[in-house]
Amino acid sequence: MTLILRYVAFRFGTMLLTLLVVSALVFAIINLPPGDYLSNQINELQSTGQEAGVAKAQFMRHEYALDRPLWQQYLIWTGFAPGPHGYSGLIQGDFGWSFEFEKPVTEIVGDTLWLTVMVNLAAVLFVYAVALPLGILAAARSKTWVDYTATFVGYLGHATPNFLLALVLFYYGHRYLNLPIGGLMSPDYEGEPMSLDKLWSILLHLIVPTFVIGTAGAAGMMQRLRANLLDELDKPYVETATAKGLTPTRTLLKYPLRAAFNPFVADIGNLLPALISGSVLVSVVLGLQTIGPVLLAALKSQDQFLAGFILLFVAFLTLVGTMVSDVLLVLLDPRIRYGARGK
Amino acid sequence: MPALLDVRDLTIGLGLARPVLDNISFSVERGETLALVGESGSGKTLSCRAILQILPKIARIQSGTITLNSPGKPALDLCGLEPRAMRAIRGDRISMIFQEPMQSLSPLHTLGDQVTEVLYLHRAMGRADAQAAVLREFAHVGFADPERAFRAYPFEMSGGMRQRAMIAMAMVAKPDLLIADEPTTALDVTTQAQVLGLIKSLQVETGMAVIFVTHDLGVVANIADKVVVLRRGRVMEAGKAADVLGRPAHGYTRALLAATPASPSTEVLEPDAASGDAILELHSVSKTYRLRARAAWGSPALVAACRNIDLSVPRGKTLAIVGESGSGKTTCARMVLGAERPDPGGAILFRATPGGDPVDIHAMSPAERVTFRTQLQAVFQDPYSSFNPRMSVGDALAEPMEINNIGQRAERRDRAIQMLRQVGLDASAMNRFPHAFSGGQRQRLSIARALMMDPMFLVCDEPTSALDVSIQGHILALLEDLQDQRGLSYLFISHDLAVVARIADEVAVMRGGIVVEQARPSVLFNHPVHPYTRALIAARPDADVARKIDLKVVAQGAGDPEGWPEAFRISASQVPPLQMVQPGHRVRCHV
Repeated sequence: MTLILRYVAFRFGTMLLTLLVVSALVFAIINLPPGDYLSNQINELQSTGQEAGVAKAQFMRHEYALDRPLWQQYLIWTGFAPGPHGYSGLIQGDFGWSFEFEKPVTEIVGDTLWLTVMVNLAAVLFVYAVALPLGILAAARSKTWVDYTATFVGYLGHATPNFLLALVLFYYGHRYLNLPIGGLMSPDYEGEPMSLDKLWSILLHLIVPTFVIGTAGAAGMMQRLRANLLDELDKPYVETATAKGLTPTRTLLKYPLRAAFNPFVADIGNLLPALISGSVLVSVVLGLQTIGPVLLAALKSQDQFLAGFILLFVAFLTLVGTMVSDVLLVLLDPRIRYGARGK
Repeated sequence: MPALLDVRDLTIGLGLARPVLDNISFSVERGETLALVGESGSGKTLSCRAILQILPKIARIQSGTITLNSPGKPALDLCGLEPRAMRAIRGDRISMIFQEPMQSLSPLHTLGDQVTEVLYLHRAMGRADAQAAVLREFAHVGFADPERAFRAYPFEMSGGMRQRAMIAMAMVAKPDLLIADEPTTALDVTTQAQVLGLIKSLQVETGMAVIFVTHDLGVVANIADKVVVLRRGRVMEAGKAADVLGRPAHGYTRALLAATPASPSTEVLEPDAASGDAILELHSVSKTYRLRARAAWGSPALVAACRNIDLSVPRGKTLAIVGESGSGKTTCARMVLGAERPDPGGAILFRATPGGDPVDIHAMSPAERVTFRTQLQAVFQDPYSSFNPRMSVGDALAEPMEINNIGQRAERRDRAIQMLRQVGLDASAMNRFPHAFSGGQRQRLSIARALMMDPMFLVCDEPTSALDVSIQGHILALLEDLQDQRGLSYLFISHDLAVVARIADEVAVMRGGIVVEQARPSVLFNHPVHPYTRALIAARPDADVARKIDLKVVAQGAGDPEGWPEAFRISASQVPPLQMVQPGHRVRCHV
């Protein structure tokens, strides 16, 4: 057990380091195009002769240290160096100012962030809940109609464009099941404190997005699980289990499934970023107040604090996902746990 | 009283083809051991799986009965049994152990978990009772520390220990019948001897019947009371072990017996005049591997795979290295092939022409390396995985010449056909793919491929280990012929002293990365000095019921080198020198 705790600590340390590197990369990439939001604005204002606005923009540039060299900007943004007039940085919990929306980043991202995490977590749960039983079923009944049907449905999910699926589901969901269209909660509850009714509204609104975002992932995951399981089913240890007198179902669940589980678990890390970036378009179509549309706007207008924060947050989620799957793998697979012991 | 298990007229077909088991009958009494003997494809494995009804999906039992008469219970025909009743018999009244102890145990579950499962299934025992029973069984099958074994995963154990765990799993419910499907084929000879001894003693204690499936008549002689010889799904001969092995009536049994490698005769040949012309020399060659550390900040562990090896291969002769797995013999071969670099201080010299200047294999100029690679070639153990399944035989054979830019297409083709003929295959093989050939034929192909570049030296890494005994003989004969015709020199790696005795001019026995004894095979067989060599020889099962394995000799020599007699003892601090005890006979000992 102490071995595992030490591993978790070690893994957490490397995660922080990676996050640092990612922050530098994100910052560098956002700053690749010439100029920044404010200098672009100043140019525009000067060409149209609105000198008053220019002074304000200059002031903002100075307040947020955008007039300093890049490396200083980076240190100030991350919070390693103090900024002018009390602008602290990410580490201190100050995420900066969005010039595009003229609000602090915290205010814009606030709720959306958690809604995004919620939508995507729901999608991940959906992926696993669907892929696990279907994958096992398809492998256990391989080359029968069960397998073929599961595969066909899976490919259908893979091949249908998400936004199309979204529109279709909205239409029929509304018509036959009276499911709400668009948004993540009914407008009455927006800005209201959390209550049971609000929660229920959110859950109802989540059904279609979860389904839409998760289908493709579930289809892929199911196929991978099926293929891995089929490889394991021929292994001699399955025969040993049968020769012991175990029933086929218990054999399957105890031995080959356990062995086929590794890739399944390792996918957690990959699933999150794929879902988040994949769900941007869907969010726009479905009118979800997730972070996707905001990120799109921020990137277009070089709103650097907002874009930087969102990208860093997505990277953070990915790293957490990878860490969780790594730790789970160590718990699940003694070969990995004792791998370092040698032969 | 009827026999415990009685198989009558069993016929099994795969799909619509000719039945793979044709009217097989045999029976086994309580306390008796029946050996099913045959080569691959004889149906021996299928017939023992039929007893447990764990046949492959496409297999159909077309006719016959399998009757189980457990004492005090009504007779049962296993063929017509419904699945639930069959499951109650598996692992309880009939249990089975398999060939590959690594793959037959799940790597993700502890040994304790996998063995207690049997008791949960068949004995409805509580957790504490089951655990206590399993610990007793572990102690019984020879685990020094049953508690540790209970918590261990299979990959933390050696092959022999894993097979003991398998046996514990099969024995824990005290079955009436134990089916052992080649349980010792994947093990070293010394481990095999110990596992055979264990099965025998367990049988004497519990009075269970054993069905032992094997291709090795030596094993049969050591364990069986009755023998059934199978070939292509038919019974060739059946009877008491002593009769079948002593006075074989059927030609096939005689052929099998003849193919079993025998110990060399006692006559000691005159030593060859030492020519002094060595084609290959190893000078104090060591190889140390660094294992990855336990944690990212720990220091790596060092493992010495080979320690101070001094060997030489005379031109046109065969030097064999013999040892168990982990003895360092394959590391030696890999260093000679240039695939591994020896630790600094050692040198491997290759002398292409008699009296010429030797070159160091690991310090060659690129030009020297190109010629060297054509002069030295390899034949590997597994003829199944050493061919690309998507390349035709012709392409696979021509590839070495193609890589070295030698000859035109037609020339390469002609040479490939010539080499195929040389190894006893014909030109029609050119356009076929590796899967169309049997194991023996594939090994011929891999020899043909090695000969394509007209080498003068072959490294043969266990070239016969994956083959049936009768095929082994053919391949060895082929290698001998080629040596005579082409003046080839061999470095021959094997774990089997008997195979080596036939082909080698000189044998080096390795244990734990060290050469412990070195001599001509006839000397080694008739006057072994080192306890490990004696164990190797004693452990080798002879196809003669009168000469059984002497487990005491095996246990002493195959044990921990620190437990060897004083004069031979190897400890971390002290390694005795390799002494010349007679001309041409060296032993690692203090005099």
